[in-house]
Amino acid sequence: MKRVVVTGLGCVTPIGNTVEAFRESLYAGRTGIAPFDLSVIPGALSPDPGIRYKTTAKVRDFHPTKNPEQLLSSGFILTSELGAQFGIIAARQAVAHSGLLQHHDPAAIAIVTGCSCGGRGADEDANRNLYLRNARIPPTAIIRTMASSGTSNIAIETGITGPTLNIATACASGTHAIGLAFQMVRAGMAPAAIAGGYEAPLTYGFLRAWDSMRVVSPTSCRPFSADRDGMTLGEGAAILILEPLDAALARGARIYAEIVGFGMSADAHHVTQPRAEGAALAMRRALEDITTTLGAPYLDSEMWASRVGYINAHGTGTQTNDAVEAAAIHQVFGEVAAHIPVGATKSLTGHSIGAAGAIEALATVLALDAASLPHTAGVSQIDPRLDLDVLIGEPRPLAREKDLALSNSLAFGGLNAVLAFRRYHT
Amino acid sequence: MNDIESRIIELVAKSKNLPPSEIHLDTTFDELQIDSLDKINLSFAVEEMFSIEIPDDNLNSLKTVGDVVRGVETLLAAAQPKAATS
Repeated sequence: MKRVVVTGLGCVTPIGNTVEAFRESLYAGRTGIAPFDLSVIPGALSPDPGIRYKTTAKVRDFHPTKNPEQLLSSGFILTSELGAQFGIIAARQAVAHSGLLQHHDPAAIAIVTGCSCGGRGADEDANRNLYLRNARIPPTAIIRTMASSGTSNIAIETGITGPTLNIATACASGTHAIGLAFQMVRAGMAPAAIAGGYEAPLTYGFLRAWDSMRVVSPTSCRPFSADRDGMTLGEGAAILILEPLDAALARGARIYAEIVGFGMSADAHHVTQPRAEGAALAMRRALEDITTTLGAPYLDSEMWASRVGYINAHGTGTQTNDAVEAAAIHQVFGEVAAHIPVGATKSLTGHSIGAAGAIEALATVLALDAASLPHTAGVSQIDPRLDLDVLIGEPRPLAREKDLALSNSLAFGGLNAVLAFRRYHT
Repeated sequence: MNDIESRIIELVAKSKNLPPSEIHLDTTFDELQIDSLDKINLSFAVEEMFSIEIPDDNLNSLKTVGDVVRGVETLLAAAQPKAATS
């Protein structure tokens, strides 16, 4: 088994369209959640009594036909929707940043992405025009709608021809994608991987559909807060470059963190009611997987559990998710659960579905790299029933002897994915 | 430049993210790197703009912007109601 490290980062998010801007907002606790304007959303009624919430987390200043650093050719613009474009630009940043293509064979590098919703904008536009006025459907509707459109376009832009695929497991897609890419690089199936997620689902139909679910906050996502009242929808992309530790050291690459474990599970229970046992199983498996990665003499997953110094929670801000996730953390960590710092990036970025796990993995990697844990925004009072050490107020140093972090994704449908990262010590 | 020419040049320019001044009637699809997908998409836009239907057979013979203009002119002329002969 190879040890796997993160050597490149890229992102387009509601709190920054570069890693530097994202990092700055992350530590400043500057949220990307803001009121949205229905009048600029194609096909939307404005005002619309069918949408009771007022805020989303949108990417700002993204202009791929104008901004030099985001420029996409007419071919990419023609064949991709906004989410895929976020993914292409995030991948471009990460690839350039890591020097990946100068050091690894493009015929063998893997690309694994998470995108669950696909190009909903193209789908909704075509269907609205079809049903309202029997309009013809544009020839690009199919390719713009594919959830894997960004994945294909990342391959086209980079010239990478290795194993390339997209994963759609709702809110856990990005985490599953990074986890699978980690397993492929660890097993020697690929010499390196581009891994992450992208999504731009804030279309009229999607906003209305989420309203019907009655889980969206009428105000703003406040994970683990006593007065939390739901999630906030978001969009964006984040990409990590993964490669074996020995290859990274040999080429003198900048190493941001090590991925040491990955755990997956299904609740096998209910499509919208999460079960703590399912989330706990994924966390335990991520910890047990550290032994698979590092081998003897690291045989004790309980020892690893005692070294977890940060949990980047799924933390959607709904009553149910946060309570179940807290229960799962208590099941896994027992007496020490209440003393592990827990944060939720969604308080800043909103919930970007297929991209969420990737954006949160990025936040976790940055936190380990800086040995500083970002706080959760908007929490007025931590829910005492959860009995968790929620990071609020200001960033907190990572305890030196607790250099492990988990990043949880607990999807609708009960599909759970957890990544275990470790601070890289030179 | 007639109206059909200018509207088609504008469409082609927009599809390739180029200024219309760079597109001429003798500009070839190869020069513009218009591939088969671009061609289908452009045809769709032209059909929508002029309310015509471009037969599949005609698509392959289009090599220049001028070919599109002449094709549209032909299809529009064919669609005109014929004048009474007596």
